[in-house]
Amino acid sequence: MIDRSATPLVEMRDVSVSFGGIKAVDHVTIDLYPGEVVGLLGHNGAGKSTLIKCLSGAYRMDAGEILIDGTRVDIQNPRDARAYNIETIYQTLALADNLDAASNLFLGRELVTPMGFVDDARMEAETRRIMGRLNPNFQKFKDPVKALSGGQRQSVAIARAVYFDARILIMDEPTAALGPQETQMVAELIEQLKAQGIGIFLIEHDVHSVMNLCDRASVMKNGQLVGTVDVDAVSDEDILSMIILGKTPDTAAT
Amino acid sequence: MADASASGTSGGRKNIFRTLEFDTRLLGMVGAFILVCIVFNILTEGRFLTPRNIFNLTIQTVSVAIMATGMVFVIVTRHIDLSVGALLATCSATMAMTQTQILPGLGIDYGSPLIAPVAILVGLVAGGLIGAFQGWLIGYLTIPAFIVTLGGFLIWRNVAWYMTSGQTIGPLDDTFQMLGGIGGTMGETASWIFGLLCVAAACYAIWQARRARIAHRFPVKPVWAEAALMALSALLILGFAATLNAYEVPSRVLSRAFEARGEVLPEGYTQGYGIPYSVLLLIAVAVAMTLLARRTRLGRYIFATGGNPDAAELSGINTRLLTVKVFAIMGALCALAGMVASARLSFHSNDIGTLDELRVIAAAVIGGTALAGGLGTIYGAILGALIMQSLQSGMAMVGVDAPFQNIVVGAVLVLAVLIDILYRKRTGDA
Repeated sequence: MIDRSATPLVEMRDVSVSFGGIKAVDHVTIDLYPGEVVGLLGHNGAGKSTLIKCLSGAYRMDAGEILIDGTRVDIQNPRDARAYNIETIYQTLALADNLDAASNLFLGRELVTPMGFVDDARMEAETRRIMGRLNPNFQKFKDPVKALSGGQRQSVAIARAVYFDARILIMDEPTAALGPQETQMVAELIEQLKAQGIGIFLIEHDVHSVMNLCDRASVMKNGQLVGTVDVDAVSDEDILSMIILGKTPDTAAT
Repeated sequence: MADASASGTSGGRKNIFRTLEFDTRLLGMVGAFILVCIVFNILTEGRFLTPRNIFNLTIQTVSVAIMATGMVFVIVTRHIDLSVGALLATCSATMAMTQTQILPGLGIDYGSPLIAPVAILVGLVAGGLIGAFQGWLIGYLTIPAFIVTLGGFLIWRNVAWYMTSGQTIGPLDDTFQMLGGIGGTMGETASWIFGLLCVAAACYAIWQARRARIAHRFPVKPVWAEAALMALSALLILGFAATLNAYEVPSRVLSRAFEARGEVLPEGYTQGYGIPYSVLLLIAVAVAMTLLARRTRLGRYIFATGGNPDAAELSGINTRLLTVKVFAIMGALCALAGMVASARLSFHSNDIGTLDELRVIAAAVIGGTALAGGLGTIYGAILGALIMQSLQSGMAMVGVDAPFQNIVVGAVLVLAVLIDILYRKRTGDA
């Protein structure tokens, strides 16, 4: 069980984001504990991606605050987020298609030689090492990533997130483009990362995946938080009705 | 994650080019260049491939080639720069005014060894600052590069005009003129030494790359392939030096030089020009820009931004500042090109660099830089500039009318891009 008596790893308090008068995120508060997976659910446009992009530094929030280990932090851009060991696997994967796997994995954090030049050989060796663990079948280290299959590209994006000792991992629909076998491997990876004490925000459409993978689920609708529930205490139908009707099952609210 | 295409080594037949790890695109361009040379050599009855013409071709290419290396970065980051010819003119005017008006006005008179370096420095700073300013407009104020540099095209051309009141400024400083081409060459001995040094550097680089791959237990090419590669580079480098050395200084120029020293030209004495300093500069620019593109973070970020600007941004790359840097580099290279162009003419003229923006963009594109961004090489752009210049001077030698020369060059540009598109479709590249 997750110990929720201590300070949460991440707290996003009262966060609001608007785009030209439309409130994409409206006073939402969520939190995440070490070793926990919190699912973020909702229809398209419910605001879950926008909310989480404030944490990964892609968007800036208009109001609210973010606390990491109980300390208020200021995340202005993706660089700041990375400095707090927040790693993100974007739905679009955010890979530079014209570069190879190693260049993508280390993009923005290249290993350099003492002379200050990028050390391609060492980066490739490190990429081979981490890929050997994540996806032993991966062989195309020299090709630009556009030559890779969907699953291979996904594994590059995942490798990039886990290589740099993430403490907080954001996964935006990591299995949307994957087959059943690859989805199973992502599920196993999530279990592994949980065991290492990493906190994971998982944006997901599929209620069954949420029931299987997550400890808690926060449901959003029209930019507002419907509620956060313990997945063991509710049924599929409860979560679905939260998503569709915006109703919290009063028995299970935490 | 499982994947179906785990068989990394496709069982296809390995041809000799693949073993040597040659870039097929590079081979295509070299093939096109050789074809152009052979055709013109036949049409001119052997006058095209003489040491004299090769020497001239080389020094005529330098200015456009220098700018084309910068245009690669600009186009790779999905921008365009239409102002390079005009910027060249402004930089050239700045350097010309510095050495003929401003420095003498400060008491540093003609012939002072300070004139050339100070003028060049002022030109480089001017070019870099103007480029950075245009980059700031594009990156931070998000005005499209096309518009900013189209405005720049008019502005800088006429800034140059205003600065010089439209006059031809010259003659330029003697030391400065040595960077133009025929006025400054290394001579035979130094050219051979330089050639040998280049061969040594090329062999060392090939060897070092192999050792690095072995150290990380990556697959390596067979030793014979590495040796063949070394031999080929040696042949090309020394062949180039030999050709430029074979172009002899005309005997009347030599006898005048001897007379000036109070000596008499000995019977049967000959002297080759060797490698011009401007070509040396181009080689230095090419090496520096290639290193920048492949071995530095800046280069990595330029290509990543061109491949996927959003991904670059999300990876923490400051793409706005990157745009400023790319255009500042382009501006500084325009200044270098302006220096070579005005030194070759021995004066600054009002129309210097006219239409160069088109030549530079064409050179980069013929050299395989994709306008969609993310793809391009420095050596490709230089080869592109060389092909363009060969076409132009070849047609002039054959006696093709001026309008037809431009019509052909324009058609070749469009055709080259078409071939590139077909090639990429075929290889599934981009």
